[in-house]
Amino acid sequence: MALEGFGPAFAFWLLSAITLISAGGVMMARNLLHAVLFLIVTFIGVAGFFILLSAEFIAMAQVVIYVGAVAVLILFAILLTPRSARDNSETVWGAPAALLSIALAAVLIFVIHDTAWSETNSFQAPSVEDLGRALLSTWVLPFQLASVLLTAALIGAIMLVRSPEEEAEDALS
Amino acid sequence: MNSLDVVGPQLAVLIAAGIIVVIDAVVPHQRRLIPYVALAGLAASALWTVSWVSRGYEDDIFGGTLALDEYAAFFYFLFAGITATIVLASIDWVEREGRRQGEYYVLVLTACSGLMFLAAARDLITIFLALELSSIPQYILAGWGKDEKSSEAGLKYLLLGAIASSLLLYGMALLYGLTGTTLLTEIGSEVAANGADNRSLLIVATTLLIAGFGFKMAIVPFQMWVPDVYQGAPTPVTAFLSVGSKAAAFAVVTRIFFEALSPEFLSNDWSMVFAVIAAVSMIIGNIMAIVQTDIKRMLGYSSIAQAGNILVGLAAVSAGGGDAFKLGGSGVLFFLAAYAFTNLGAFVAIIAISQQINSDRIKDYAGMWKRSPFLAVMLAFCLVSLTGIPPTAGFWAKIFIFNAAIRADLAWLVIIGVANSAVSAFYYLSVVKQMFLGEPAEDAARVSTSPSIALAVGAASIGVLVFFVIPMPLLSAAESAIQGLVPLT
Repeated sequence: MALEGFGPAFAFWLLSAITLISAGGVMMARNLLHAVLFLIVTFIGVAGFFILLSAEFIAMAQVVIYVGAVAVLILFAILLTPRSARDNSETVWGAPAALLSIALAAVLIFVIHDTAWSETNSFQAPSVEDLGRALLSTWVLPFQLASVLLTAALIGAIMLVRSPEEEAEDALS
Repeated sequence: MNSLDVVGPQLAVLIAAGIIVVIDAVVPHQRRLIPYVALAGLAASALWTVSWVSRGYEDDIFGGTLALDEYAAFFYFLFAGITATIVLASIDWVEREGRRQGEYYVLVLTACSGLMFLAAARDLITIFLALELSSIPQYILAGWGKDEKSSEAGLKYLLLGAIASSLLLYGMALLYGLTGTTLLTEIGSEVAANGADNRSLLIVATTLLIAGFGFKMAIVPFQMWVPDVYQGAPTPVTAFLSVGSKAAAFAVVTRIFFEALSPEFLSNDWSMVFAVIAAVSMIIGNIMAIVQTDIKRMLGYSSIAQAGNILVGLAAVSAGGGDAFKLGGSGVLFFLAAYAFTNLGAFVAIIAISQQINSDRIKDYAGMWKRSPFLAVMLAFCLVSLTGIPPTAGFWAKIFIFNAAIRADLAWLVIIGVANSAVSAFYYLSVVKQMFLGEPAEDAARVSTSPSIALAVGAASIGVLVFFVIPMPLLSAAESAIQGLVPLT
């Protein structure tokens, strides 16, 4: 439905170009800061695809979480680490990796083209309310699993970054 | 059935984790109670599962995202047992580390609940989250030690694990795109109806699934992380990785492939893929194990070979319908249980020994018979079981798996398997020889054993012996578990 006509098709190709080029930039950039900026553009491109697919809420979440939180966090991490660690290191595996990715992309494009996807012409985008209801009814178990997972990750992250001095103090108390 | 009741076994484990956090924060001088709280939680979890066995099962809970069947119950018992052994084996090590005691057990218990969810999950989203719930605590635990090796292990495991997870997710996305559902049973009927037209996509999707789970199973070619992580991670954590996440990955792959992807045009493809991976894993794992001088690295490579053995069973399931399905499936489950006991016994013995001699080198095990007869005998017994020689459960495990493969016309694979068992005997038994015939160093002291370690290694070894003498109860439990799955053939 959404992809018929000139406008959506143009948007699709434009977004594809933006996403692919910036994704390539993430890998090619020698400076890690540039790589993160490319990453942000990639995230925004993906958010554009979500809007094209009538998934406005996911698009918004993509921008808020990935661009707003994740990318900013990565930027902080890079700025707070020593200068020497700010460059993408050289590797001899670049050419083999590129060949492998191209081969993988070729296989995927062929297979995706070859597949009879079940297409739909009438699609009512679910509202945020629908999403909320689904999360707390059918998908309540995965939803809760995610929260347990985050708790465990939080505990682990705190443990990993504590310095020996802090632990020594802790043991005394 | 009440939905809290349904997730009871996992809930018991998670509640124990919560109590530990509170004890650690509020009454720190009672910290020595923490491991026992963990054990109590695991016991409650097992009891809850027992209560189901008597109350009957339920298939369709949480909108079909979770199954409460014999198959899940089998693995609940297995994971509760594995985690309890790990907790017992960790007590001394954690106390000696002298820090972060509470959090260690919290992460072990959280990982255990993730493994349990993984065995019961019946929906791609739940499977993925359960996999991460079991993996992320394990990444952290692998980096728990203070030395650089442990940090390297943690980081390697995390980075490669993230790549594996993303491959898995891509495979799941393709499956969802094709079928429009994430529920395994619905994917199954969709694939049976329209799969033949879209075979190439299904092959790509399942290849990605195998890659994602193959990382957890540690099969070739997804085994690169194994030696470094097994060597670098604290030994109790290595033991947990080598049995827990491996068993869970096999559990979930068996469920996915037989509830969602079992139509005949597919299962013949899988049979061949599994058979080839099995053969390569056995050969590479065993050959690399021979040249190792570090016992944890050696067991790491040997666990790759053991994963190959288990895959022989999966190949047999896919190759033949009906009879081979039952034989191969129950063989896989029996092997997983026997392997869990055996490998845990071996690792706990190694934990006890390495704590005292501060070395993991095989040549330092020389004359262990004179330094600690108990540990030497137990370790030797478990290594014999890993080889597959009677009188051990490992013997039956290999017999059942190879028997299923022969029934499924995979005789060539059985020949490779038997030849590999002979190769593996070389390095397993050379440790035994070192322990019993080697001379200890001049200044070697006796190696003593703490009660908790003795209990853990004793329980595991008795399990290995008992399931050799009377394998039938475990085998029939495995059979009814595998019949709890719904094959669509």
